[in-house]
Amino acid sequence: MEWEVVIGLETHAQLATHSKIFSGASTAFGAVPNAQACAVDLALPGVLPVLNRAAVEHAIRFGLAVGGEVAARSVFARKNYFYPDLPKGYQISQFEIPVVSGGQIFIERDGVDTAIRLTRAHLEEDAGKSLHEDFHGLSGIDLNRAGTPLLEIVSEPDMRSAAEAVAYARILHRLVTWIGICDGNMQEGSFRCDANVSVRPKGQQAFGTRCEIKNLNSFRFMEKAIEYEIRRQIEWIESGGTVVQETRLYDPDRDETRPMRSKEDAQDYRYFPDPDLLPLCIDAPWIDRVRESLPELPEAMRGRFVADFGLSPYDAGVLTASYDLAQYFLALMADVAGEAKLCANWVSGELAAALHRDGLEVRQSRISPVQLAGLLRRIQDGTVSGKMAKEIFDALWNEGGDADAIIASKGLQQISDVSALEKIVEELMAAHPDQVAEYRSGKEKVFGFFVGRAMKASGGRANPAQLNAILKARLAG
Amino acid sequence: MALTENDLRRLARLARIRVEDDETAPLLAQMSGILGLIDQLQAVDTRGVEPLSHALELQQRLRQDTVTEIDRREQFQAVAPQVEAGLYLVPKVIE
Repeated sequence: MEWEVVIGLETHAQLATHSKIFSGASTAFGAVPNAQACAVDLALPGVLPVLNRAAVEHAIRFGLAVGGEVAARSVFARKNYFYPDLPKGYQISQFEIPVVSGGQIFIERDGVDTAIRLTRAHLEEDAGKSLHEDFHGLSGIDLNRAGTPLLEIVSEPDMRSAAEAVAYARILHRLVTWIGICDGNMQEGSFRCDANVSVRPKGQQAFGTRCEIKNLNSFRFMEKAIEYEIRRQIEWIESGGTVVQETRLYDPDRDETRPMRSKEDAQDYRYFPDPDLLPLCIDAPWIDRVRESLPELPEAMRGRFVADFGLSPYDAGVLTASYDLAQYFLALMADVAGEAKLCANWVSGELAAALHRDGLEVRQSRISPVQLAGLLRRIQDGTVSGKMAKEIFDALWNEGGDADAIIASKGLQQISDVSALEKIVEELMAAHPDQVAEYRSGKEKVFGFFVGRAMKASGGRANPAQLNAILKARLAG
Repeated sequence: MALTENDLRRLARLARIRVEDDETAPLLAQMSGILGLIDQLQAVDTRGVEPLSHALELQQRLRQDTVTEIDRREQFQAVAPQVEAGLYLVPKVIE
């Protein structure tokens, strides 16, 4: 039997705000336990939530960026369940009327841009953290994270493989960081996904029963977890079993998913509108202001790089992989006029490799766009060869400074002086009359010998094109 | 809508309320009475009426995104039943 895989994702993006969604406590990561849990976050009696404007504005930014509809009026609801890291006994979320409806994200399927539809995106608060070790049979609760603003982004079940799910998650990750609403730090839990996975016989309309894999916080684990879950469901059905709807957790150490809770004791969250919060109203002028403040979106920028700079779609895609990288490239382009391909090669080549090697983000780069531009200008005007430029790049990376100073101090100027190159060639020919004779008798392979020797004689600094031309002319006799 | 004893027990479990055996019959009667009232409400024709999410016809005020709370952990934890290493301690919970 041939099976079709059906996947939908729910993504929790932590919104980049200074304070919590309903209180004035800090959201900074890494504080000592409970130092950032205020009376509202602790649900002490008599407190009331007050909504953070920035969290709402981030949701609007997202809605506009994905072409969704921003609700003029949306409603906060209580999602009721008991767990010690949720002191109120309910999570404030949105249920019937979310702040954003619809929209889409494009992924590549068989070389064609394909829309993955979004169902909705809603605002909610995060819960605290439970620590289960080291407390003599008790659990420790840290409520610093309680009340941190989240945007839960729900996709339609439009993905057909683990690879597509990862592609969607990556593009979503790029988008939320690009528009500045989420720092995207997956290790710190700022961007985490749940995957709903089911399989059905190819051609069947109705969906199979789905399982939800919770808390996938790396792209690699997401792919492995979904692939495992697909195999498990297919093998189970083919051996006569029936998939039961349940929540599962992925165990990376054993590369398998295990049931967390099954439908029999599935939660009944008994949602109802939160009487502590009035309807959230967003007027058209606010939406217009946010629209005007949105940066050029990654796909538009990619298209512009192809159309205006003559870059290949691949190069343009690499350069728009992140907002910071694209900004770096644009800053470089502003300084090195008209050399898009040269800039693209250096950003996606040497610079990306150096950043990767040292584990740095683009904004931590040890070479600024201005410094790199200084180097690229010397390639442009023929002062240094590509090979020498790499040496200078390393010097810039390790020691700082500017390219011209390094070229001067290390004597790395390319030799483009015709008479100097001619002198090298003449000396070489005088020293190797046998090879000259061989060349002239038709053994053109000997040409490489002369290039190598001449380069060596020049300390690697001979302008290769000029050297070749002079050698050809002189050897021809 | 008729409420069964199973419904009642399930609701009690979800709300973490202990219901003794001799309480179920009177509770069932009371809650069925409440649901009876809701049945009457359900009978009203509400076509063309916008769903109500709040009794006040006002909209949510928003606050600026600034940190206004200082660390008052000492005071909050002074009234907690059990704390250790800055954490609130609770009976062990593992799903």
